[in-house]
Amino acid sequence: MRRIAPLGLRTRLIAAFLLVAAISAGTTAALTYQQARNAILKQTQDTAVSTLRDQVEQQEIRLPLEQQELQRIVIELGKRGKPHPWIIFGEYGGIRVSTNPGTPTSTVITDSLRDRVRNNQYAAFQRVEDQRGSPWLTIGVPALFEHNGYIESTGVVFYASVPLSTEKQTVEAMVEAAQQGAVPGLAIAIVPALLAARSVLRPVRDMRRAAQKLGRGRLDTRIEVRGADELAGLARTFNETARALEQSVRELQEAEVRARRFASDVSHELRTPLAGMLAVTEVLDEDAARLDADTAKALRLVSAETGKLAVLVEDLMEISRFDARAAELNLDDVDIAEAVRKTLERRHWDDARVVTDLPHGVRARLDPRRFDVVLANLVGNALRHGGAPVHVTVSTAAGADGERLLIDVADSGPGIAPEVLPHIFDRFFKADAARTRSAGSGLGLAITLENVRLHGGTLRAGNRPAGGALFTLDMPLEAHV
Amino acid sequence: MPRVLLIEDDPSIREGVGLGLRRRGHEVRAAETGEDGLALMTSFHPELVLLDLMLPGINGVQVCHRIRQTSEVPIIMLTARGDDFDIVIGLEAGADDYIVKPARTEVIEARIKAVLRRLSDPVGSRPGIESHGELVIDRAGLTVAKNGERVALAPSEIKLLLHLSASPEQVFSRQQLLEYVWDHSYHADARLVDACVRRLRHKIEDPARSPRYIQTVRGFGYRFGPL
Repeated sequence: MRRIAPLGLRTRLIAAFLLVAAISAGTTAALTYQQARNAILKQTQDTAVSTLRDQVEQQEIRLPLEQQELQRIVIELGKRGKPHPWIIFGEYGGIRVSTNPGTPTSTVITDSLRDRVRNNQYAAFQRVEDQRGSPWLTIGVPALFEHNGYIESTGVVFYASVPLSTEKQTVEAMVEAAQQGAVPGLAIAIVPALLAARSVLRPVRDMRRAAQKLGRGRLDTRIEVRGADELAGLARTFNETARALEQSVRELQEAEVRARRFASDVSHELRTPLAGMLAVTEVLDEDAARLDADTAKALRLVSAETGKLAVLVEDLMEISRFDARAAELNLDDVDIAEAVRKTLERRHWDDARVVTDLPHGVRARLDPRRFDVVLANLVGNALRHGGAPVHVTVSTAAGADGERLLIDVADSGPGIAPEVLPHIFDRFFKADAARTRSAGSGLGLAITLENVRLHGGTLRAGNRPAGGALFTLDMPLEAHV
Repeated sequence: MPRVLLIEDDPSIREGVGLGLRRRGHEVRAAETGEDGLALMTSFHPELVLLDLMLPGINGVQVCHRIRQTSEVPIIMLTARGDDFDIVIGLEAGADDYIVKPARTEVIEARIKAVLRRLSDPVGSRPGIESHGELVIDRAGLTVAKNGERVALAPSEIKLLLHLSASPEQVFSRQQLLEYVWDHSYHADARLVDACVRRLRHKIEDPARSPRYIQTVRGFGYRFGPL
């Protein structure tokens, strides 16, 4: 089921604001209307009831009453209608008269009113509507007389029908006024609603934008703090967090740069003395033959260690170039079979120790010097730590983004121990604790991996089912700078 | 044995390399600064210069420029800066090859020999004077003239030109040129080829037009002609 997208904060704020405005306007209008309407009607009916009662009391009624006499009294009463002209009906036994000669009985006087007047000897009134929906106030007043200190009913009852159309118009006008006032009122309420929404939403929007910038690495992003409300507090907290983040990132970066520069400077400084030493090591080696055994041994040791140190410094320089992202690709169009053959030949590995399977005519665009380093390192490692014969297999495969070059280097040794496998590309990782000083610098595979990555490729290490380590190089046939 | 001028400010390298080369029969004179080295050029007449790039006073690149103004003596840069940028700067200044320090005397000597081996190059053995457009190449005298005027070429430049022009229209890959001209068997360093081709073009091509004699075959290498 698809969920309805939640409304935006602004819409919700405005809706809530308008709802509150509508409810308060509606409630106020309804209460006012009811109060005013009751007040108007009450005044009208009170006036009318008391007027009729007073008038009836002033009439002298002598029983028994003739129809003419009753008619006269009715007409007399009819003239004194207040606050509006009214229609008076008189009832006495079977006699029915009214101020309206055509209609001696009323259509709006109900039986319930008649009952209340007859039984209670008090005036009663009722608000009714006739067939056309016009409101009427109907009042019934019994004519009484005093007899031996008791008030008794004469049996004559006067009814008055007072039209309430004026009051109805007044009330209708009030309702209309309330309606006409509420709609523009609500429309005007939108303005403060928008302003309120804006004042709340702008800091929120600013903060969202700032958080996005911060996420993209613009750590110098800050928010302008306005006012002293909760949103301003949030903005201040955001700024403090961003400042702290920027500070620690800067410290980390500076520390990293320092460490990198130190490694680079150390290697660099080592080169000069090494250059002098390495240039004369052959002199030492040659002369060692003519010296006594201990001195010869010492000289050869110095010579050999100098050579190792030179390799180590060279590798350190290379690694620090990768770390400083100063390593560049110098791409060239290369025949892979030819390049592999050359690499093996240069290092005198082109004998039975290395078995190759090289497809003819595979050309790749890569950095030949780096490719040479990669291949030489993999084959050299295989020969040193694994064992001959080493199989080098070159193939190509279609990849997601173009043709890929696959090179497998497999040895015939014992394979790589499972606990070693995850760390095999780590710097200075020593696979065997006993063999802490191998011929390599301990950086060979790390450099190899960096060179492969520079070409946009991957290097995996594993073991063959039949035993022996297997390194798989997978890189684009066309590297891009 | 060849006379080698070593310009190097660091005493341990100066003495170490000097010692190593002398033991192998070279006649070595060493200079501490570029100025001293330039002064020795006129009195010592070296057959090869080993030049450090970072020198007090005038630096290696400037020394290289000055030597090239008067002489076609082979120059090999000795540099502690293995970064691509520094190597290319040195090569553009007119050096024939470079060695990254530290290096064994063995390696230094191999490079010296490769640079000096220009006369016995088999492709240059075809005797006679050839004419290609406005270029006249004297394979026996190892001179090149353009419009009748002699063009001064460094050893690696003339070697490259002789090799390319011996087989006009044949395309050579950078790797092939590297092996034939520089005898580099350890590094597939195509920057040497590119820098040398740039320098050669600067000397023999008409600057207003696209390269005519030495043409680039994109993605593969270079060829001489067709004119």
